[in-house]
Amino acid sequence: MKRAMRYIIFYAGLLGLWILLTELKIWPPYLFPTPWGVAESLYAGFADHSYWIAIRVSMQRVLIGYGISVLLGMVLGLGVASNKFLEETMGGLLVSLQSLPSICWWPLALLWFGLSQNAILFVVVMGSLLSVTLAMEDGRKQMPKIFGQAGRNLGAKGFKLFWYVLLPASLPFIVSGLKQGWAFAWRSLITAEMLYLSLGLGQVLMMGRDLNDMSAVIAVMLLIIALGYIVDGIVFKGMERRLQNKWGLAPAN
Amino acid sequence: MSTQSVPRQFPVAINLPQRATATRGPVPVGRAHGLAIPKVGLSEICLSYRTQSGERLQALTGINLDVRAGEFLCIVGPSGCGKSTLLHLIAGLQVPTSGQILVDGIPIQGPGTDRIMIFQDHGLFPWLTVGQNVEFGMKMKGLPKAERREKTQHYLHLVHLGKFENSYIHQLSGGMRQRVAIARALATEPDVLLMDEPFAALDAQTRDLLHDELERIWRNTGRTIIFVTHNVREAVRLGDRVVLLTFRPGRVKSEFPITLPRPRSLEDPTVTLAARAVLDELRDDINRSLDAEYSAGIKPRIEPGVSA
Repeated sequence: MKRAMRYIIFYAGLLGLWILLTELKIWPPYLFPTPWGVAESLYAGFADHSYWIAIRVSMQRVLIGYGISVLLGMVLGLGVASNKFLEETMGGLLVSLQSLPSICWWPLALLWFGLSQNAILFVVVMGSLLSVTLAMEDGRKQMPKIFGQAGRNLGAKGFKLFWYVLLPASLPFIVSGLKQGWAFAWRSLITAEMLYLSLGLGQVLMMGRDLNDMSAVIAVMLLIIALGYIVDGIVFKGMERRLQNKWGLAPAN
Repeated sequence: MSTQSVPRQFPVAINLPQRATATRGPVPVGRAHGLAIPKVGLSEICLSYRTQSGERLQALTGINLDVRAGEFLCIVGPSGCGKSTLLHLIAGLQVPTSGQILVDGIPIQGPGTDRIMIFQDHGLFPWLTVGQNVEFGMKMKGLPKAERREKTQHYLHLVHLGKFENSYIHQLSGGMRQRVAIARALATEPDVLLMDEPFAALDAQTRDLLHDELERIWRNTGRTIIFVTHNVREAVRLGDRVVLLTFRPGRVKSEFPITLPRPRSLEDPTVTLAARAVLDELRDDINRSLDAEYSAGIKPRIEPGVSA
């Protein structure tokens, strides 16, 4: 309860500050939108279904892109973790590639895939693949060896060993990497969507810019934050809680 | 007090009373069982590996050992003698540099559910419930679900954990975890149980209890058990035979058939006496192991007459 109170006070204060700044009328509303303007934009956007469509399109894309990243990243990460040659060569490359913003792949993606959904997906995958790969590699190394030994000892091998032992055993060590990968995928997606007529949230945001409607821009920004937060809170927090309950780990706050 | 008459063949100059029962086998190590094919046969096992600093370390050398079907064999040695490694080799989790491991006369091909290992830190899967852990080996084997359920129940009851089927591992005490590990191992119905210091991390009371339970399960199921420990008294309390390994490179030094009547207890004076005889034989190797561990400074030494 105390925590909820603190939240309410904090966000009420923030909103109050916003209202105060708009009431002072230092900047005109087309430069610094009012809370009411943003609320109106949000309402209008949902009323004419354009936000619903944008959310659906963006979520679909990020799920596909992130899904590909997770699958590919697991294979790559496991490969790098279990092969000394790959670890020495590709391990370093992966780390250095992580400093490259995924949108840098956009020109190449356009060339390879054209102005299409696939170009966006490519950027999303490039954005989150590295985090997932590195997390998987790290998880595989941190995972106590005894689980693999016990699994093999009890007759698990090949895919069964991976699916029933190695994957669940490394999950607590890769969940934060999966979460980070999700955040990168989401960001990459919005960035890529801003670059052409893509129907997604990114494009709706750019439309606000083109119409010089800063209320709409902020409304979409809030949507992007909210969606990212909801997925994090529901999917990943839920996963972490389940892991903590099963493994008996102390909650990481 | 046991009144068995046992030939006294102690080469060590200690005053053992008449009732002492440990004997040092005069026969060549491990070849004492006639023509019957041993359950597990090790012949000329050597294992060496390269350490981080690049030097070649001989971990095990020339190990010959036969284990009878249904035998409770204990392997004792100072830390670093490679006794755990030997179990990993038998389990097929590691491959020897040279030599052969036979089960029922047939060379092993990697891990197999005929040989199940019980680890010191139990190796139970924390993401599964107790019941799912016990079921795991059967699931890998592809047994039908109904049969798995039934056997899981059976083996959980055997280790007195019927009520804990749906608990997670972290909710159990150390002794309960080891009992789950035993149930999980038995559930795949292996011929051979490989136990790697399974009770070393437990408190004394729990360990005593598990000794009793293990002895009971062994008698009821007739499994062959190879039990590794650094605790000589534990070995004498449990084993039909105690095999000593030397410190680096690990070699079979000698073996002691233990003919004390069962059920035994760790407190039996006969167990203590037999353990002392084994320990006397082992003392040099323990000291060499300690020397290696404490490279400089104070070296605690085990002096003659100090019991295990």
